[in-house]
Amino acid sequence: MNGKVKGISGATVQVTLPDLQIGDRVFVGEQRLTGEVVRLDGPVATVQVFEENRGLGVHEPVVSAGGPLTVQLGPGLLGGIFDGLQRPLPGLRSTGGDFIAAGSTRLALDMERSFELKPTVRPGSDVKAWQQVGTVTEGHIDHPLFAAVPGVLSEISHGPWTLDRELGRMQDGQWLQGWHSWPVRAARPYRRKLSLSRPLVTGQRCIDLLFPLLKGGVAIIPGGFGTGKTVLEQTIAKFADVDVVVYVGCGERGNEMAGLLDEFSQLQDPRTDRPLSERTIIVANTSNMPVAARESSIFTAVTMAEYYRDLGLDVLFLADSLSRWAEALREISSALEEMPGEDGYPTYLNSRLAGFIERAGVVETMSGAEGSLSMILSVSPPGGDFSEPVTQACLRVSGALLMLDTSLAHRRHYPAINWTQSYSLYSSEAIRHFALEHARWPELRKQCRSLLQREESLREVAEVVGMEGLQESDRLVMRTAEKIRLDFLCQNSFSDDAFADPETTLTRIERLIDEHVELTARLDEGVPLSEILKEAADATG
Amino acid sequence: MRLAEHRYRTVSGIRGPLLFLEDVLSARLGELVRITDPNGQSVEGEVLKINGSQVLVQVFGDTHGLDVGRTEVAFADTVKQAPLGQGCLGRVFDGSFRPRDDLPMFVPERWAPLTGRPINPVARAHPQEFIETGLSSLDVLNTLVRGQKLPVFSCAGLPAREITEQLLRQSRLPGEGEFVLVFVAIGLTHYDYHFYQQTLEGMQSRFVAFINLADDPVVERLLAPRLGLAVAEDLAFEEGMDVLVIMSDMTNYCDALREIATAREDLPGRRGYPGYMYSDLAALYERAGRIHDRPGSVTMLPVLTMPEDDITHPIPDLTGYITEGQIVLSRELHQKGVYPPVDILPSLSRLMQHGIGEGRTRGDHRELANRLYRGYAKGRDLRRLEAVVGRDGMLAEDREMLDFADGFEREFVHQGDDRRGIGESLDVAIGLLERFREVLP
Ligand SMILES: Nc1ncnc2c1ncn2[C@@H]1O[C@H](COP(=O)(O)OP(=O)(O)O)[C@@H](O)[C@H]1O
Ligand SMILES: [Mg+2]
Repeated sequence: MNGKVKGISGATVQVTLPDLQIGDRVFVGEQRLTGEVVRLDGPVATVQVFEENRGLGVHEPVVSAGGPLTVQLGPGLLGGIFDGLQRPLPGLRSTGGDFIAAGSTRLALDMERSFELKPTVRPGSDVKAWQQVGTVTEGHIDHPLFAAVPGVLSEISHGPWTLDRELGRMQDGQWLQGWHSWPVRAARPYRRKLSLSRPLVTGQRCIDLLFPLLKGGVAIIPGGFGTGKTVLEQTIAKFADVDVVVYVGCGERGNEMAGLLDEFSQLQDPRTDRPLSERTIIVANTSNMPVAARESSIFTAVTMAEYYRDLGLDVLFLADSLSRWAEALREISSALEEMPGEDGYPTYLNSRLAGFIERAGVVETMSGAEGSLSMILSVSPPGGDFSEPVTQACLRVSGALLMLDTSLAHRRHYPAINWTQSYSLYSSEAIRHFALEHARWPELRKQCRSLLQREESLREVAEVVGMEGLQESDRLVMRTAEKIRLDFLCQNSFSDDAFADPETTLTRIERLIDEHVELTARLDEGVPLSEILKEAADATG
Repeated sequence: MRLAEHRYRTVSGIRGPLLFLEDVLSARLGELVRITDPNGQSVEGEVLKINGSQVLVQVFGDTHGLDVGRTEVAFADTVKQAPLGQGCLGRVFDGSFRPRDDLPMFVPERWAPLTGRPINPVARAHPQEFIETGLSSLDVLNTLVRGQKLPVFSCAGLPAREITEQLLRQSRLPGEGEFVLVFVAIGLTHYDYHFYQQTLEGMQSRFVAFINLADDPVVERLLAPRLGLAVAEDLAFEEGMDVLVIMSDMTNYCDALREIATAREDLPGRRGYPGYMYSDLAALYERAGRIHDRPGSVTMLPVLTMPEDDITHPIPDLTGYITEGQIVLSRELHQKGVYPPVDILPSLSRLMQHGIGEGRTRGDHRELANRLYRGYAKGRDLRRLEAVVGRDGMLAEDREMLDFADGFEREFVHQGDDRRGIGESLDVAIGLLERFREVLP
């Protein structure tokens, strides 16, 4: 069906084209810019265009793609770098040059890449939908391939195989494909949700000890600019104990993406000794790319994350920053002249966000395996004010808050996680797990928290009476707490200390707390603090 | 392509910088138009919105003299383009790319749309070559690198101008290279303009200036940076030059954006600034960078004034969310006579990590910087305590830290007009830290 452009206001375009549905993908103008139908008024459809549309003229042609915006799913996504529409950026560069041109099309999957296909069923078997029929090796994972439909298998491919070839054939003549398309806005199905129980080890001492996360959980990291959201997200992307990482740079800096790409191609996964890029998918929609694609980028990314979850893997989804997504939603909504809610955000912000975050969790997949999708999302509150709508909406639907503090960041205390205001609702379950291997975990965590709390209140006292006015035992608490802050909570991402496994995390806090107990005992014996500290300093040399 | 030129006398309304046209056969988003008033005076404009045959045009420049009925609007069938090529070097233009230096227009070698196109993230080379600015507070603690965008956050009455001018004059690339300067003045006072003019003259022909003065049209405040960046991108990525872009004052830019947005009846966001200000600013700032396998670079030093000295105001706030750090000037340091009055604590260069150390600056750089931060942050904390309990109520080592913070400001941050090489700056740091070794191991 052919239609025409009738009106243009920024990225919002009015077109006349019959038989469209909300959510349909259309190609707009001579350049065939990708757009999505967002509103229908009689014969006129309103289309949100995902690409730069300056220069688009009225009367230019519009065609329907005959279905919604989709992503391609199949082996070969790992290691990929895509834009918000799942176009591979290296491919765009090789055909279109160093600057992104509108109207380029490239397929996400490499249809000619050769995989070694090992069938897991024999011809003649009766297979069910979602039953595994073969395996290919993708980087470090065994990538199962499933039958999309039930039937009796008549043929199955084996040996060197590419995605453009058929995977197998049913007796009724239907053939099986090794890849498929999926609408980005639709959550992928699973049999049922399972309860969260396994810890997600981030390698960040502060998080793993004080605010531990679970696989399948959702944590948010709000913080003003420069507080360390991006560095924290990227550090976790490197070291978290998961099989696959999907990282979305949503409306953020191009140079940060370049840095990430550089690092990930050079660094190795400490667990598999393979390049980190092999377990990672990056979606990059930088702040100067069109806002509609920014809005869709997190859906593009989360759909790919779900795909790997459905293979029975542990997937971590990181988005930096969710605020930019919400702002894109606001810009689109305002261009559509919808009624604004708080701070101009559309009133459906909360439900849209909740719907998205619900895609996290641990599931029994359609093929009966257990897969998890965890989310760690950064939030950029304007003016660093956490009462704003996006932070608040995120708080309601997430299980952990890692609040970054501007004053800590100014002191170069990184990660600048505020230990009094952050929390994790996953703590008790995670601690139970850690305690199985490290019996002292719960006790040391408690002591650590209590020392930090006491420091807080003692600091208030000291602001009145001065340090000289504090009792010696209190000054010892202040000293230990300072050590905990500097030697335990601080973790420089640009040093060898960037990653800590649970063992070293535990030994480190154990040492600090045990020393404190020892010194307190000496103090009780009547030895003056100055002498005790001198002894301690001499002992460590 | 249209076969015939489209001209209309169907203006139905004029509101602020906006022009409403009826019965237009064909138009493009962002299409350039030439608007001629009954006296033959003409200005440019561009298509903002199209609804069937109705077209909304944003006028670049003065709307005085335009009327309903006789004003003629001609459609160019193309978006606005900037003339490019080495001919622009050594020249001064206004916010509409008209010569401001009484010389004839140069002959362009190329044309390109003002808005540019986003650099493909995989084509970006991560910025990491150290730029020596000669200011210790930058070079040692907030290192600038080639391809970075690092704004100066100033307050009304602070010497941002002097600092900018100093950065212009004394920034050095590693090796032989010299910068070409693109200077974009936005709503500058005549007084400030004269100040910068002398610096430009001293740069021989290694500059291009776009000057929008305070009494020039407001719409040109939005155009000037785009012209400057189109030129900067061209000089950098087509001609292979290292370009330093200074844009001052971005607060005037944002205010112009708000003014125009209000005229367009766009939904106002925080403090009346439009909700798309983040995207708009990002479209400018993201044009800084370097590209794999190409010489040349665009480094940006935008300058803005924080209204009411408030860093949480939308202008500095959104800027800080986009740029790769910020240099924050402090009224308190200025009053203490420290020049440049750079407050180290809220200042940050996000790209510093890769630009320092052996082979870039010096092997001991990182460690020295960490010790300086640690000491100064602690000293600043203790100053609050000192204000309450007095110096005498404090531990001896805390008093030492207070002295360190003072020494840091007076000897390290303060340097008057002197230019310090990176080695010299690091040595000042070593000298200072040496004296406080007891408390700052
Ligand atoms: N964990 C960390 N270790 C060392 N430096 C850090 C760490 N987190 C942040 N930083 C410093 O702070 C700067 C800003 O961090 P970034 O993550 O970019 O902030 P945000 O994304 O919140 O604006 C970084 O460039 C780096 O210099
Ligand atoms: Mg960030």
